[in-house]
Amino acid sequence: MMKRTIEPFWWSLFGAGGTLAALFIPITLFINGLAIPLGWLAAPDYENVLQMARHPLARTYLFLLISLSFYHWAHRFRFTLYDGLQLKHLNLLIAVICYGGATVGTVAAAYTLINL
Amino acid sequence: MAVESLAGNVSETPATGQTVTLEVFRYRPEEETEPVYQAYEVPVHKDWVVLDALNHIKDHLDGTLSYRWSCRMGVCGSCGMMVNGDARLTCATFVESLLPGPIRVEPLENFPVVRDLVIEMTDFMEKLESVKPWIIRDEEKPLEDGEYLQTPAQLADFEQFSMCINCLLCYAACPVYGLEPGFTGPAVIALAQRYNLDSRDQGAGERNAVLDTDEGIWQCTLVGECSEVCPKDVDPAAAIQRYKVSSTLQWYRNLLMPWSSK
Ligand code: SF4
Ligand code: FES
Repeated sequence: MMKRTIEPFWWSLFGAGGTLAALFIPITLFINGLAIPLGWLAAPDYENVLQMARHPLARTYLFLLISLSFYHWAHRFRFTLYDGLQLKHLNLLIAVICYGGATVGTVAAAYTLINL
Repeated sequence: MAVESLAGNVSETPATGQTVTLEVFRYRPEEETEPVYQAYEVPVHKDWVVLDALNHIKDHLDGTLSYRWSCRMGVCGSCGMMVNGDARLTCATFVESLLPGPIRVEPLENFPVVRDLVIEMTDFMEKLESVKPWIIRDEEKPLEDGEYLQTPAQLADFEQFSMCINCLLCYAACPVYGLEPGFTGPAVIALAQRYNLDSRDQGAGERNAVLDTDEGIWQCTLVGECSEVCPKDVDPAAAIQRYKVSSTLQWYRNLLMPWSSK
């Protein structure tokens, strides 16, 4: 029997995105936002960073981090609108905007990373 | 009268000489169309709980006040009310912790009010029954085969969820239940897990039909208030979260191996 609800799918993206974001975004922010600007780490030059980011593993990592963070946002924002702002009559529209937005972000991330 | 004598015993704890005002929600459908608040000045006795103060009102000041209680020791689950806006067992909430007052006492939030502090809980009873909160077996083994044995670890899997006393504080605290009356709600899901996680039970599939749905576990947004207010440390939020994980695994299993699903 197929389940009657698709919620497990959205929820799994939400959970994966939340876990990844909580774990890796602080690290990324720390390195790029603090450690390098404050000189704790030597600033790599542009070419090096580009080379690094082009590595298939780096591309995959960035893609998952960006895409799943988007879906995490989408799920949370959907319920914020739905419950928080009491817009349940717009349920479908909200879902389309939220998950659609995350999908647009995902496609943009894929496009950017492929053409890096 | 049993109530009189118990109240008599309780009020024997020494009076502290202080008094406190209770602002009590009153609704008598035959008298008023809108609820009103009635203030009562009550003496403070040492170790009194809010329920003692209500009993004092009922016995000495105003016999018309209606509310539910029974055990006076956090076991029966019938004395839940909003105390200063928080869902509490009134038999476990000390008056002295709320001084100088006033103390506002209202019926549990998110439920229709029958009268004064008495709520209508049929919705909960029906939802509880819908998840079949008993052990379901495909086949009972014959009596001569003896008991269904369980290891301490198997007991520990569900024991916490069996502590629920149906006090409904979690429903009063849950904003999702307030917005979505169809939501199955914390205690019912925790009680379903109490059986789903029991090694003797085989009824998870039947319960999933009710719970692995939009109005079941998936309406929960993990606000977590249910676990905050629960007086028995049932942690219904954890029960729901665990349910979401297992349902999600099942969902992917059905997607990837449709032939394996029942
Ligand atoms: S889960 Fe806790 S708060 Fe909810 S009904 Fe059971 S005992 Fe009360
Ligand atoms: S009177 Fe039984 S739980 Fe409070």
